[in-house]
Amino acid sequence: MGTATVDNRRLYGHAPENNYLKHTRGIASWMFTLDHKRIGVMYLVGVTVTFLLGGFFALVLRSELFTPNKMFLTEAQYNQAFTLHGAIMVFAFIIPAIPGSIGNFVLPVMLGAKDVAFPRLNLSSFYLWVIGTFFLLVAMIAGGLDTGWTFYTPYSIQTPTNVVAATFGAFILGFSSIFTGLNFIVTINTMRPPGMTWFKMPLFLWGMYSTSIIQVLATPVLGITLLLLIAEKLLGLGIFNPAQGGDPVLFQHFFWFYSHPAVYIMILPGMAIISEVISTHSHKKVFGYTFVALSSVAIALLSFLVWGHHMFTSGQSSISIVIFSALTFSVAIPSAVKVYNWLATMFRGEVVLTTPMCFALAFLFLFGIGGLTGLFLGTLSTDVHLHDTYFVVAHFHYVMMGSTAVAFFAGVFHWWPKMFGRMYNETMGRITCLIVFVGFNLAFLPQFVMGSRGMPRRYARYDEVFQIWHQLSTIGALVLGLGILLGIVVLVRSLFNGKRVSGNPWGASTLEWQTTSPPHFHNFEFDPYVGGLYDYKGVKYDESVEGYVPIIPPGVAAPGSAPVPQTAH
Amino acid sequence: MAHDSHQQVSAEGTPLPSFNHPISVTTLLATFAALVMFTIVTVVVAKSLPMGRFEIWVSLGIATVKALLVMLFFMHMLHDKPFNVLIFISGFVFAALFMGLTLSDSEHYQDDIRAAPSFEGAQTTPILARGAEE
Amino acid sequence: MATAEAASASEGHGSDGHGHDHDHGQFIAHHFTGPRQQYDSCKLGIWLFLVTEVLFFSGLFVAYTIYRYHHPEVFEEASKFLDTRLGALNTIVLLFSSLTMAWAVRAAQLEQRAVTTRSVLITIFCATVFLGVKAVEYSHKWGLGIFVAYFFKYDGAHHGDTNSYLTTLSIVPGICVVVCAALAGIGMATGKPLSGKFWGALALGLGGYFAGVGLGVGYEAVFASEGESHAEAGDHAAPAEHAEGDAHTEAEHEHESTEALVMDPSSDEARNLGLFFSIYYFMTGLHAFHIIAGVIALAWIMNRSIQGHFRADYFGPVDYVGLYWHLVDLIWIYLFPLLYLIG
Ligand SMILES: [Cu+2]
Repeated sequence: MGTATVDNRRLYGHAPENNYLKHTRGIASWMFTLDHKRIGVMYLVGVTVTFLLGGFFALVLRSELFTPNKMFLTEAQYNQAFTLHGAIMVFAFIIPAIPGSIGNFVLPVMLGAKDVAFPRLNLSSFYLWVIGTFFLLVAMIAGGLDTGWTFYTPYSIQTPTNVVAATFGAFILGFSSIFTGLNFIVTINTMRPPGMTWFKMPLFLWGMYSTSIIQVLATPVLGITLLLLIAEKLLGLGIFNPAQGGDPVLFQHFFWFYSHPAVYIMILPGMAIISEVISTHSHKKVFGYTFVALSSVAIALLSFLVWGHHMFTSGQSSISIVIFSALTFSVAIPSAVKVYNWLATMFRGEVVLTTPMCFALAFLFLFGIGGLTGLFLGTLSTDVHLHDTYFVVAHFHYVMMGSTAVAFFAGVFHWWPKMFGRMYNETMGRITCLIVFVGFNLAFLPQFVMGSRGMPRRYARYDEVFQIWHQLSTIGALVLGLGILLGIVVLVRSLFNGKRVSGNPWGASTLEWQTTSPPHFHNFEFDPYVGGLYDYKGVKYDESVEGYVPIIPPGVAAPGSAPVPQTAH
Repeated sequence: MAHDSHQQVSAEGTPLPSFNHPISVTTLLATFAALVMFTIVTVVVAKSLPMGRFEIWVSLGIATVKALLVMLFFMHMLHDKPFNVLIFISGFVFAALFMGLTLSDSEHYQDDIRAAPSFEGAQTTPILARGAEE
Repeated sequence: MATAEAASASEGHGSDGHGHDHDHGQFIAHHFTGPRQQYDSCKLGIWLFLVTEVLFFSGLFVAYTIYRYHHPEVFEEASKFLDTRLGALNTIVLLFSSLTMAWAVRAAQLEQRAVTTRSVLITIFCATVFLGVKAVEYSHKWGLGIFVAYFFKYDGAHHGDTNSYLTTLSIVPGICVVVCAALAGIGMATGKPLSGKFWGALALGLGGYFAGVGLGVGYEAVFASEGESHAEAGDHAAPAEHAEGDAHTEAEHEHESTEALVMDPSSDEARNLGLFFSIYYFMTGLHAFHIIAGVIALAWIMNRSIQGHFRADYFGPVDYVGLYWHLVDLIWIYLFPLLYLIG
């Protein structure tokens, strides 16, 4: 090993055999794997399943709302449908989706590391996710759940549906999330390669780091909240039950101390992906790198100061309301910093409209709407009017589905060639993006209209004046569903007949593109060269590889040129 | 602590690596003695001195001194990396934030809670008590 | 100063000729560059874990503060049910366990293996003494009908048999001790002295539970007979005679008493007294759960110490478990004044 020169194809080409997918075989080699890449792939499959399940409930309840009166769901069934849609989407899909799949796969490779700091913890995090999701399904089958994903007391104490199983599931999913976050913080802190200082770190890592901070600091509070609720249901603690002198508003404080920061657990990884995708596909260094990096941390910290904006109408004191409202606006600043910097990055860049870039552009549009409508909800006077209407529903779907999920698609399409070594059909990818974009807006723009006109959320029946808006929304939801299914088909098909790609088909500059596709089972056969960050002049197209390879400056030892002590694998 | 610069050796005479800072037995015993003393003081103060509403603050103050002793000496914070210390302290900062903002408005709705039992059917039987009732 | 001590304490001092095999790569994971990176990573990881623990408990402290702030009189009343001296005793037991834990870390750093093992054993012993005393406290309260809010039925009379509660609580620790002792015997008999030593030591450590129960029961026997002690004997009605007639099940009791509470909505205090005990049981219960988890972790450490795994550049696990153990102690340092020293 480690002769004077190593073939570029071996370093940066397509790896048909010597890769993480093939170096061991069999079900057990996947189930007990400690390889972050395989765990990432398992997460990717898992969250796709929960996404389809949550989406199924969404389509069921949207279909019911096609007419003002009963179509096929009773009111009680409708309550269960929207609760399960929300609980599954939030706890089992959006929160773990990006950190679990893309984060797990990409983060250590981007650091030039062999694995995350705690591989066993990583695997246990995945299995906790499986167990937690299983308990959500148990709740779904045995007794259902009709509290809404927020589990507000005292209703959650009184309802005969299976709150215990569902909260236990969410409790376990919380630990899964904590373990992932803890792992990422430690990995980024202690395993950066020589030469990669904090401010030479790709923005994806900054985003994941900020996400992890929230996961570690906020999720334990969700844990204790849900544990108290379980004890409340089983033993009658009374802490949240007004009938026993308990304080139901306290539950809301507990819940939102976690759940507001949690919306940044959802969006920050999306922003992290967008930073990479926009820079790579514009072939230009991110504009205002330091500001984008620090704005992630600022968002993470500010997110802990604003939870009361969910409780403006819950009996909070006026002073608290004013403070929380003011603090809420402050979050808009770092978010806007990011958006402006992404736009400036594209300006005069070599923008190539690849599928991930199309999704990133969709993200910018949808996040713009989602973010700006949030300001109306943070404003006291308008919020009293809009609270618990479809305006809120539309707002957070623009942020969660329109931004996070679309960013997730952008990330999947961006790193898919790296993960599996195959390129999907770009035309079909772009069509997918278009359908998703049109379907999404058709589904949720009407909800802003009816929300501002007073249509309350979570109602199975409604006044006929809202019918046209509901029907548009339902059609949009179906289109969106079709778009997502098409995307899955495009990706899965590429596994069988997609073109084989080299290690760096996009001409990207971060380290994960400086290994083969799919990556070597230890990520890098030879330690990679850490060049300039987002330096798109630091890579060149190599005919023999049919992809980009890094330009190693003279005087620097090229990877594999010096004898590398190989341990026995 | 000046003696840190000296080369310490293990029981087998191997020099200790740089991340290995054993704490002296004297320090350990002194810390324990102080902790026991403060425990006795806090009991005596709480049970014998009438201090009214200041009592909680005195108790918590003593508890905090004890906590600091444990953190500094038993948990080796004096020798740990500043970043680790920062991480741990930030846990308390966020806990304080949680408590402060939650407390700030709880007074506002206490009357509503007192009125709550009058709601029809508000009382729910906990799951573990149900078997006995049926 | 510390250097001199280290030198004098180190048994193998001066015999540095024998092979210091630095080939202990067996405990350095392949993705780390060396012992230092592994130690730094794990240390940061454990600190982050402690942060999650702090925030986990913070919810309970918030709930406590809210209720105490709005019902100070209830808390003062309720605190009389808690025995300060037992609480203080347990505090000192836990502080001592922290001392031995810190000592174990020091010994592991200096490669004093026997000292490490012994210190960890004492820590386990103290942990289970703590649990034993706690079991006595719990069963005593349950005997008086002091449960969480819904089941709260304190009226000065006895509800159920304190001793049977205590016996029930002691079943699992008893089984654990017996099983450990049996495994120790098997280990010795089958020529696995290290395994035998570990299980024997663990049986001894878990036996601390019964020492704790003995301490608590003895304490109550002494002070209850003096009749000078706390609220139960003092300002409340003496135990009623019908304690023997407890043939009917617990659940029936619960049912009656809830009705009593529901039927009397004006008894704001009764409701909130129950709430105090909800918080009390949840806080101390969760803390006890952490002690139990700690005992398991300590047992793991003790086993590895007996196997001779720890070295001057690989003492991390003792350090990490130690940090966790000190955090459990820290939480108790706050729980003690907040629960036992009111009024
Ligand atoms: Cu929010």
